[in-house]
Amino acid sequence: MNTHIKQLATTLPPHLLLHEAEDLKPYECDALSAYQAMPLAVAIPETIEQVKAVLAYCYQNDIPVVARGAGTGLSGGALPLENGILLSLAKFSKILSIDADNFSAVVQPGVRNLAISEAANEHGLYYAPDPSSQIACSIGGNVAENAGGVHCLKYGLTVHNIIKLQVLTIEGDELTIGCDAFDSPGYDFLALMTGSEGMLAIITEITVKLLPLPAVAKVMMASFDDVAVAGQAVSDVIGQGIIPAGLELMDNAAIKAADDFVHAGYPRDAAAILLCEIDGSVEEVEDQLKHAEQILKKSGATKIQIAKDQAQRTQFWAGRKAAFPAVGRLSPDYYCMDGTIPRHQIANVLKRITDLSEEYGQTVVNVFHAGDGNLHPLILFDANNEGELERTEELGGKILDYCVEVGGTITGEHGVGIEKINQMCHQFNSNEITQFHAIKTAFDEKQLLNPGKNIPTLQRCAEFGAMHVHHGKLPHPELERF
Amino acid sequence: MSNDKSNDLQQQVENAFKNKIPLCITAGGSKSFYGNAVNAQAINITQHQGITEYQPSELVVTVRSGTLLSELEAELKANKQMLAFEPPQHTATTTIGGAIACGLSGPRRMACGSARDFVLGSTIINGKGEQLRFGGQVMKNVAGYDASRLMVGAQGTLGLLLDVSLKVLPMSEAEITLQLKTELNTATKHIQQWLKQGLPVSASCHTNNTLYIRLSSTASAVNASANTIKKLFNCEEINNDFWLSIKNQSHDFFSTKNLNNNQRLWRCSHQTNTPIYGTDDNNNQLIEWHGALRWVKSSETLYNTAETHSGHASLYPINQNNTHTDIFQPLAKPLIKIQQRMKLAFDPENILNAGRLYTDI
Repeated sequence: MNTHIKQLATTLPPHLLLHEAEDLKPYECDALSAYQAMPLAVAIPETIEQVKAVLAYCYQNDIPVVARGAGTGLSGGALPLENGILLSLAKFSKILSIDADNFSAVVQPGVRNLAISEAANEHGLYYAPDPSSQIACSIGGNVAENAGGVHCLKYGLTVHNIIKLQVLTIEGDELTIGCDAFDSPGYDFLALMTGSEGMLAIITEITVKLLPLPAVAKVMMASFDDVAVAGQAVSDVIGQGIIPAGLELMDNAAIKAADDFVHAGYPRDAAAILLCEIDGSVEEVEDQLKHAEQILKKSGATKIQIAKDQAQRTQFWAGRKAAFPAVGRLSPDYYCMDGTIPRHQIANVLKRITDLSEEYGQTVVNVFHAGDGNLHPLILFDANNEGELERTEELGGKILDYCVEVGGTITGEHGVGIEKINQMCHQFNSNEITQFHAIKTAFDEKQLLNPGKNIPTLQRCAEFGAMHVHHGKLPHPELERF
Repeated sequence: MSNDKSNDLQQQVENAFKNKIPLCITAGGSKSFYGNAVNAQAINITQHQGITEYQPSELVVTVRSGTLLSELEAELKANKQMLAFEPPQHTATTTIGGAIACGLSGPRRMACGSARDFVLGSTIINGKGEQLRFGGQVMKNVAGYDASRLMVGAQGTLGLLLDVSLKVLPMSEAEITLQLKTELNTATKHIQQWLKQGLPVSASCHTNNTLYIRLSSTASAVNASANTIKKLFNCEEINNDFWLSIKNQSHDFFSTKNLNNNQRLWRCSHQTNTPIYGTDDNNNQLIEWHGALRWVKSSETLYNTAETHSGHASLYPINQNNTHTDIFQPLAKPLIKIQQRMKLAFDPENILNAGRLYTDI
């Protein structure tokens, strides 16, 4: 047995420390299964003291630590390191308290996203961010990713819906980040910690904000015979002062796939549909629904259907929520992208995606959070065909580069783990990347927490840059090339 | 007015870095009371002005830091939009850079979010004189660490703000302000109840046994909500301009002439239902954010009491000469260590607004 495992076994009982190959196998990847690695061991502590002991041992012995929640991340953020410990926080799965008067709940990191809303329901409250993996994904992972979802156009991302964190640094300090109030003194580490991919500290407790359940929520489905017109309609609705609770766009391929899969009642011949949900008080919903309907008609919708009851509303949403697995039935594999762009660029970027799709001879299905310009192009491929994954990644990379070019970003809500790390070099220059490393060093001088994820080394950017000469300009020209 | 001074400002910081000359970043000066005095060479951002990008349908505005808050708010208003965190404008010289650097949020904070919630991206000059752009101009962005929101409330100690991209929101179609006589304890309970009922409460304020609430939504929703409240309480509709006096802290409560001997004004931040402390006289406090933000006139030092109630306090010497040191709640020791390191990560020579927040950070 490896010496490190022997040593760790003195603090963790055998069932909480996995090291046999067959036990490690389930942990070799997160939901981005294209990347796999076997860790040295998997630690599944049950108490904070055990977490501290694992961190202390790793700190003393310079062993990297990768934290993992439910493993539903889509960017390889929880991909193990071969020389490291994978620290699963799955056993911290208790909702510690719900404070209905203050609209908040204190939860452990392994609690499932949806479980919070289920528990808050009896108080007439819910937790707003709803990533599509919400049945399975954990709140700790949501914080590490700054997870979004369908409703974040109106209700914000994870960063807008958490109040306080308890974290452990790799040096063993327990920090309270934020406080029970609605601001906190000193630097705002709460925002910094959100989306930091487990690279700054290990989250052990989270206070989330809860919202009153809206009195009414209604969804409207608008059909379009041109996807670009649908894209423009998104800007028109928001430009007229309506902030829908959700505003989603699906193209024809996605409509058909979803309708085949869950019989959502979608118009199969439409080039695109928009699902527009309005929530709030009875009067507000009535007013805004009417207004949105007028705008969508004027913007060129060929047909508008308002879900007549809750059953139909659920049916409309079922198609959207099942879109990814539905597309999964079309092809042996698909690759999900996550760029965000200014809304007025939607039509333009969709055109570019179509061109790239034709150029590469690969089908791209578009399902996305149109309201906040967050695209999820799904590139279909077959990993069994040699070189197809690489081609797919190249195509995906070009889509993301274009997102940056039109003023957007390479990731809206899935984060940068091991995937997209090359595109970081496209979005940020050397000084910015150096500043990111300095931020990490302030928390983790020894670079032990999830090293190699999220922020590329300058060396990596130089090598990547050599392949991507753009408009004749070499990115990161100040770096030596090897 | 539009004027790009970024290269000039960058050169000044770069020179200061090379020659280890401490700098004091100044703008409109309207919040100079809100922190320690920085005795250093001034670097002024007020000439760095202009809205560089604004497409109302994107709900995003990018603006240079020296732009007057009044100018920005007027431009948004012309497009029926607003800065929903309602930053205070203490004087005509208040800039958006100062508003973001100080990170103060106004009456709409509980309904819509805080200053930092609305920051999508920023360009800064760090302490090495490098221009860095973090975040972006889109709603969702998780590429890299969220360094742009880190600037909010850092008061220039981590970087000189050159520009910020802010999310903006449409102004509500209708707003009504109601006032009713009630004690604070019952007032916070009423508000909780109204929120759970789904009434569109966009601001609340309690002072002098009077509760003020603002309802914001579509016209019919606001009217229906106001009627719900009017049926149960004896209340009066007043002008919405009341909230400007709260937003801009020009309400009589904030005037120094109303401070008695030894009294100081404290800004205390808490959970909404925290019991009253620090004063036994209702006239000595003004409460916002549904009970979560308390302005307290007290001769006591409130840090310990605030901490006991899971919150924090800071001295708020508005309209006074700030002769106090370290006005903010002291930080826990392990946190100080990392905050100090963060300061040096951005500003290795400690030249940017050194000691502005805390003397030891």
